[in-house]
Amino acid sequence: MLRIKRVPTVVSNYQKEETEEAAAAARRVSGCGRNCLNKCCIQGAKLPLYAFKRVNKFKTEMGVHGHEVREPEPPVAFLDSLVLGEWEDRVQRGLFRYDVTACETRVIPGQYGFIAQLNEGRHLKKRPTEFRVDKVLQPFDGNKFNFTKVGQEEVLFQFEASEDGEVQFHPSAPIDVENSPSVVAINVSPIEYGHVLLIPRVLECLPQRIDRDSFLLALYMAAEAGNPYFRLGYNSLGAFATINHLHFQAYYMALPFPIEKAPTKKIISTGSGVKISELLNYPVRGLVFEGGNSLEDLSNTVSDACICLQENNIPYNVLIADCGKRIFLLPQCYAEKQALGEVSSELLDTQVNPAVWEISGHMVLKRKKDYEEASEENAWRLLAEVSLSEERYQEVNALIFEAIARGDDANGGVAESVIGEADAKPKSGGEVDAINKNSCPAMVSGTPECLVLHSGSRYCGLMIRYCFYKLASAMTY
Amino acid sequence: MDSQLGLIEQSFNNRYTLWVHEALDELPDSFTITDPSISGHPIVFASRGFLKMSGFSRAEIIGRNGRMFQGPRTNRRTIMEIREAIREERPIEVNLLNYKKDGTPFWMLFKMSLVFGKEDGRATHFVAVQVPIVSRKHMRNSGMSYSEDGGGSRLREIVFGSCRREVCSDSLLDLDRVLALDSDDTGLEIEDSCEASDLEKRKAATAIDNILSVLTHYSQLTGRLVCGKRCSLPGMGFISSSLYISLGRIKQSFVLIDPHLPDMPMVYASDAFLKLTGYDRNEVVGQNCRFLNGVDTDTTVLYQIKESIQTEQACTVRILNYRKDKSSFWNLLHISPIRNASGKQLASTFNSTSFTICPVEIAYFAAVHTEEGCRNQDRHGLSLEMRQLSAIGAIKVAVRSLSMGAGPSKS
Repeated sequence: MLRIKRVPTVVSNYQKEETEEAAAAARRVSGCGRNCLNKCCIQGAKLPLYAFKRVNKFKTEMGVHGHEVREPEPPVAFLDSLVLGEWEDRVQRGLFRYDVTACETRVIPGQYGFIAQLNEGRHLKKRPTEFRVDKVLQPFDGNKFNFTKVGQEEVLFQFEASEDGEVQFHPSAPIDVENSPSVVAINVSPIEYGHVLLIPRVLECLPQRIDRDSFLLALYMAAEAGNPYFRLGYNSLGAFATINHLHFQAYYMALPFPIEKAPTKKIISTGSGVKISELLNYPVRGLVFEGGNSLEDLSNTVSDACICLQENNIPYNVLIADCGKRIFLLPQCYAEKQALGEVSSELLDTQVNPAVWEISGHMVLKRKKDYEEASEENAWRLLAEVSLSEERYQEVNALIFEAIARGDDANGGVAESVIGEADAKPKSGGEVDAINKNSCPAMVSGTPECLVLHSGSRYCGLMIRYCFYKLASAMTY
Repeated sequence: MDSQLGLIEQSFNNRYTLWVHEALDELPDSFTITDPSISGHPIVFASRGFLKMSGFSRAEIIGRNGRMFQGPRTNRRTIMEIREAIREERPIEVNLLNYKKDGTPFWMLFKMSLVFGKEDGRATHFVAVQVPIVSRKHMRNSGMSYSEDGGGSRLREIVFGSCRREVCSDSLLDLDRVLALDSDDTGLEIEDSCEASDLEKRKAATAIDNILSVLTHYSQLTGRLVCGKRCSLPGMGFISSSLYISLGRIKQSFVLIDPHLPDMPMVYASDAFLKLTGYDRNEVVGQNCRFLNGVDTDTTVLYQIKESIQTEQACTVRILNYRKDKSSFWNLLHISPIRNASGKQLASTFNSTSFTICPVEIAYFAAVHTEEGCRNQDRHGLSLEMRQLSAIGAIKVAVRSLSMGAGPSKS
């Protein structure tokens, strides 16, 4: 088991050491006195509730011949106002460990504009936490810190889908435990203004792992906020998640992230219209997901990819950008390298844990020296260590595409496409010819990365296109 | 909407003589002109060529933002590039997919340039030229389309040319068919990316030059000259167009005060503030907000405000203020310091009029006003306090990011 000593980031005022916690639990009688979210305090608790409209926004945009009447420049969206207002309220109530707006931040001159921040306050608690970094899926441990232990004053509002298809807001709604509420809470060690945590179904105590429902919730939040500068991020275990309780992070940064500027090369479009590209000319190798016939299609495609990585024990980070319209998926291997002693001490000394924000180009630095000497080359060098090698990345991609194709096929709803049946009815005539003629398999089997194809509608189509892409790429190099 | 149309008319009338409309209409090209200082960054002029190309009427466009022509297949990264060019106040040229009124998508070369006030160096307008791309390089959707250049035909080259792998001749036909699997369900065959030819680029450049020379000429007659490049450095109290655009999204009544300038003037006033107080923008920007006070304004409250400013604290007070027409109202005023991102600096400025020392890391003070007695909750149900705080939050985000060093270019 690989272990590394890491400095934890405190995300709640109530985050304590395990042993202290266990002792406190023994002492507790009824109501821990901290006004938390656990059974001890939750009875009768009330929070604002924001119920979003569960509309597949993409659908309404597509194929509209008469343009909808839209406002010139949409004013700050309601959810945006709510997050900003509640966050500023907590600032003025002194709930944050430091004033993040007093942290020096600058854009590093260069092609990409990496953003460097000097933040000495974020890592004040020096006691190391032992955390398994070699397993992406680990069961939830109630003894360790989790979000049911945060004080209710750190929770900003509940975030749910609306029942009746209209946005609803209740300034003070009781927390309905039966309904398994999802909440948005502050991060008391923020790295930027508005740094919050989205915790799906907080009371169910889900471990840090992505599932289709939770990812969709995150996408809805990004879309609902309607602000391209409000992005959500996810770190799997092993990719510098700090707490093994399912959560996404988000904050405001009214600048482009370097990763958003990187050019991309399209690989494929899935049956549900999701366009998958790969990042070019960026230190970390990754995939970009866009489009989709609906928000749910996009969400499911990315979720399937994440689930595939989790199940194959590959740590990864996800960045949800552009109001949920562009999603970056980045597998990484930095923690493993650290544990095996393969990272240079120079990089280790910066104590930068490359999680989703760092990979996106927002580097939070603890030492003034690192901040002043921050350069595009340094940032690039650090992030290059995070990336999977080209070879490994291609292997991982093959896994991902297979998972997506399977998921796509399932969504395609073609009842007769049973995998393995040679005479299954495919979606379009073209595919039959391509499959049945011997030429295609001959071409395809030449590429070692390709997987055995099964006949069947979308799955086959997608895999064929992916294999052609690989073939062509191999020939151009 | 009325006041917005008024602002749009003024957008041109302030700078150019009335003949400018006719002169611009004589140009054959397709272009639009937008004004970043108006909330929403709306289009203030659309050429006849543009109306013809897009199928919209003038009334459907003026006052709207350029994103109305984008659609589901418009490249998101290109949209981001345009947004960033606007934010950094620099010209840009990209290939962009837009949609006409009837919903058909089309590729065009989008070339955007700026118009600056000659004396104050501020970006007064953005000019965008659209040249439809006629000479299209066909690119297939199956993975060989680069966002930058035309690599799509390479796949054919590879297959027809010398291959290292076994390829049966039959399979070439299948290639086509399998590649075609990826085409749009709706039947709208539109390429994933497109590149403008040199001819089209030259057309765009010429169009920009023509427009700029018309604007320059007609600004000479009003004495408020413009030019295509920033000729002078913007002075103190400069609010960049991107800050205007960000602040313009905030619907509450608020002002920004610059504590480093003599007498701590307001450097920005929102539309809602002007509506609340009855003043025009040019009457208030550059003035200290004491004009809001009157005979019955409690001086202890004024002292409280001053003290908060000096100690760089946020405060909320209830103060009697006066509108332009001398009527009074109770103002629930919330003031907060707004820091810039450059952190602690050594130099502070001593403001001799108000006798305060204000550290440089405080960029502004924001003052948000709410008239007491107004509906306590807005239509969404956000409380008054929450609305005030959200305005502060939005201002903080806008100012902070702007001051991180990627602001308007100096050229």
